[in-house]
Amino acid sequence: MNINHHLDEATLVSYSAGALSQGMALVVATHISICDQCRQLAEANDALGGALLESLESETVADTMLANLLAQLDDTPQEVATLAPVKPDPEIPAPLSDYIEGSLDQLEWKSIVPGVAYYDMPWEGRGVSRLLRIAPGKSMLAHTHDGNELTMVLRGSFSDEVGRFCRGDVADLDDQIEHQPLVDSDEDCICLIATDAPLRFTTLFGKLVQPITGF
Amino acid sequence: MNNKPPGEDLDNIVQMSQSNMGSSDWSDMLASLSESADKRVYAKLFHHFAPKVKAYIIRLGVNGGAAEEVTQEVMLSVWRKAHMYHQEKAAASTWIFRLARNQSIDWMRKQKYPQYSLEEWSDTAAEPGKGEQEVLSDRVAKAISLLPEKQSQVIYMSYFEGRSHGDIASRLDIPLGSVKSRIRLASEKLKQIWGGEYEH
Repeated sequence: MNINHHLDEATLVSYSAGALSQGMALVVATHISICDQCRQLAEANDALGGALLESLESETVADTMLANLLAQLDDTPQEVATLAPVKPDPEIPAPLSDYIEGSLDQLEWKSIVPGVAYYDMPWEGRGVSRLLRIAPGKSMLAHTHDGNELTMVLRGSFSDEVGRFCRGDVADLDDQIEHQPLVDSDEDCICLIATDAPLRFTTLFGKLVQPITGF
Repeated sequence: MNNKPPGEDLDNIVQMSQSNMGSSDWSDMLASLSESADKRVYAKLFHHFAPKVKAYIIRLGVNGGAAEEVTQEVMLSVWRKAHMYHQEKAAASTWIFRLARNQSIDWMRKQKYPQYSLEEWSDTAAEPGKGEQEVLSDRVAKAISLLPEKQSQVIYMSYFEGRSHGDIASRLDIPLGSVKSRIRLASEKLKQIWGGEYEH
């Protein structure tokens, strides 16, 4: 896959460190699952985690723990590595498919304004974690962020002040950026997005709909 | 290594010392565990990794009896998942770190940390010095100590405290962008040191 926009190294470090929210981690895992370049960096950051683990001063574990474990091993089968299950829908990368039944078109989309709909991921937390579906020629409301925002394109494309984003591309933005993504594909653009703090809309309309949309 | 059959002498297994282990043996041992299901090998891995896994879990914020419980779960999954370990793809410490991270988060959030499939990885060798990971970890620890304090601090706060960029920014009272640039700089320098060492 030809991917032109990648994750920020600081985001990849946080992912490996286990420091990302569920929503942010989902976008990262979904992108990494189809991006060799980011996967290599993530592996190196996991190795840094392994080295840091090794560098830790040991904690005492209960004397009984190993004996408990050894007693369990005979009844604990070693899992056999299986081939990755066939993905029901090639449009949905594996990490995301855990949370979606059927195809993207079968989801129960909720409309925000005409041409813009969303589907929330099944968890709560700070910020948002959802799929966003925007019709051709429509634009996401202009906004900036107090925190980080990750947007990965699953279908269609959009352009903003940073560039053009197609399937597989990820926009990894923070509070330095104010942007207004405009869908420039012939079909709806579907993105997986996550923020770690609420967005700040920069127009009056955006501010008015914010309480309704939950952003 | 003595040659007693598995399980014959639990006390000896429990007391077994790891002091004479070679530096790059842990990955070999973990790989052999999937072949042999040898409890002596498992016990050695346990002695080396369980105390470090527990230390890591406590730092992430799992306390008291729960830390012991999660450590035991992690070490049990080392046994269960040994077949899925591929030595050519990751060092033992990397692989066990992932198990410990994921299970700690699962425990704290009651939700599975989203992961990309390890089985689907391409053949690209990405991790430098896999076979020498244990030597490498000393180097990395040393390398981190060589970083400017501002940079090592954000690495520690990420890996050992599981803090987000926003959380680190508010704790240190610096802008989000500064947290991210410190992490980027630290990561870049560590990989340079790492890469440099790897070539030797």
